[in-house]
Amino acid sequence: MTQSPTLSRRSSSSASPQPRKSRRRGADARAGYTFLLPWLLGFIALTVGPMISSLYLSFTNYNLFEAPKWIGLDNYVTLFQDERFLQSVGVTMQYVIFGTPLKLAAALAIAMLLNSKRKGQGFYRSAFYAPSLIGASVSIAIVWKAMFGDSGPVDQGLSFFGINLGGWVGNPNMTMGMMILLTVWQFGAPMVIFLAGLKQIPADLYEAASMDGAGPVRKFMNITWPMLSPVIFFNLLMETIHAFQIFASAYIISNGEGGPAGSTLFYTLYLYLRGFSDFRMGYASAMAWLLVIVVGVITLIFFKTSKSWVHYSGDSK
Amino acid sequence: MTTMATPTQPAPTKNPTAPAYNPKSESTTAKRVKSTIFHIVALALVAMVLYPAIWMISASFKPNSEIGGANNALWSNNFSFDNFITAMEGIGGVSTLTFFTNSLILAVGAVVGTVLSASISAYAFARINFPGRGLFFGMMIATLLLPFHVVIIPQYIVFQQLGLVDTYVPLLIGKFLAADAFFVFLMVQFMRGLPAELDEAARIDGAGHVRIFGSIMLPLMKPALISTSIFSFIWSWNDFLGPLLYLNTPEKYPLPLALRLFVDQTQSSDYGAMIAMSVLALLPVLVFFLVFQRYIVEGVSTQGLKG
Repeated sequence: MTQSPTLSRRSSSSASPQPRKSRRRGADARAGYTFLLPWLLGFIALTVGPMISSLYLSFTNYNLFEAPKWIGLDNYVTLFQDERFLQSVGVTMQYVIFGTPLKLAAALAIAMLLNSKRKGQGFYRSAFYAPSLIGASVSIAIVWKAMFGDSGPVDQGLSFFGINLGGWVGNPNMTMGMMILLTVWQFGAPMVIFLAGLKQIPADLYEAASMDGAGPVRKFMNITWPMLSPVIFFNLLMETIHAFQIFASAYIISNGEGGPAGSTLFYTLYLYLRGFSDFRMGYASAMAWLLVIVVGVITLIFFKTSKSWVHYSGDSK
Repeated sequence: MTTMATPTQPAPTKNPTAPAYNPKSESTTAKRVKSTIFHIVALALVAMVLYPAIWMISASFKPNSEIGGANNALWSNNFSFDNFITAMEGIGGVSTLTFFTNSLILAVGAVVGTVLSASISAYAFARINFPGRGLFFGMMIATLLLPFHVVIIPQYIVFQQLGLVDTYVPLLIGKFLAADAFFVFLMVQFMRGLPAELDEAARIDGAGHVRIFGSIMLPLMKPALISTSIFSFIWSWNDFLGPLLYLNTPEKYPLPLALRLFVDQTQSSDYGAMIAMSVLALLPVLVFFLVFQRYIVEGVSTQGLKG
């Protein structure tokens, strides 16, 4: 992307004379921005602009009907004294910390099971993937609620084994388990990505390890894990960021209230309630910006720590 | 999307001439046992994973008295279409067919907008050299990771002041402005895989960017365009937060919002109809999945697309 035409390396070997080249560069710049226009407009009008204004709003009191009133850091200070906010942070953290690793563990385990040349791979892959496509929908949230309801099939199945957990939907101690099961159920998407990664690992590595007498555990630790680490990293990052943003399922399962006893008051649900039920838009903006900061910090930590465990092999895909 | 065909994985060690020490019959039976165990385990897992879907379909045909309670068998002698008939009647005087139409309008709009805007923008990123390209590309990638909640409040305020709340404009405008960075990224990756000689040859023949894009790139990008269409359709079809924020009149509701209304109004009194309506709402997604399985699963595995 050198600007100066005289420094261009290819100019000496190129047959076309200098003026034509720079004219083409100018035409390219114009064409580039013309083609980029849809994205650029959207980026400015729907992303950058709103981000700046929500940053501004987060320092104000704004209810959509009167002009925003500057209150400095008040929203941020109030947040940390707001018990429901703190609860929503706790609920979301629990969900992210337990749900994401469980989902990825299931995805990896089943991807390894499927990574062979047996018949029926296509069928299994598709069947396991299907829940990922529908899992976040309202329909599935309704079904989940019905299945985990009192005397629903889950409760009945458990009581068949003599287990009584005191219900799920109405029991604040169990709703998180139900939400985590819902996300683990959608392990198919990361599984498919793992599977593609596993297929890239050369089989002779495993053969050589077998010859050296390595068992399955050592093969996993010394071959599969390091070779797959870029894919694990990708899945971990994407799934974590996604988990922070769960909304529809929590809304439907708790009738939009985050109950019982605030046990499904996820971060985004509380943000929605503050912003669009109470019309405390400044407060909700502060929540949104905190989320951006937290997700940003987590992404940064992931990238920083990745150097110690993610191995990129020299050859590119 | 054929890029992942792996040349690695050589055939298992060829050892055709060792029959004496390694009786073939024994090794094949061992293999067969192993393979049978694999299929039993895999099928059991499939049954577990698909159970909620099967339960849902079974419940949608059952009378209310047999959903939950002592009757949890998947099979019933009283299967009927009654729940679907109730579900089709709709809610609050609006027929379910209207909700379907609304969902369809939004989804088709999303597909058209996304395919157009994402492919045009991706061409700029992938094929044109212009100052600032790297910077904008980095920003586009950053928006992939950005929680979109940070933009919904100001967006809502603006659309409210423009009098566009309770219209489809706020739900569709982002699609026409390539706001789903995932699709732009997908297409950039795909275009980068196409040989550069194509453009060079066309340029020597005097073709401009519009011609190169329209008559060379677009036809070659069919697989990426199809993946994008499928996923933007399904995402729009399942979207809940957008319609929840912007739509107020039930006549304009797409299916997910209608479902919520249904749940609110009937509560648990008519479980059967509620579940039948959930099935109806998922039907197009399931049909899409059955028809385009390959594309969907390949799209996920090569592009890291989410479900």
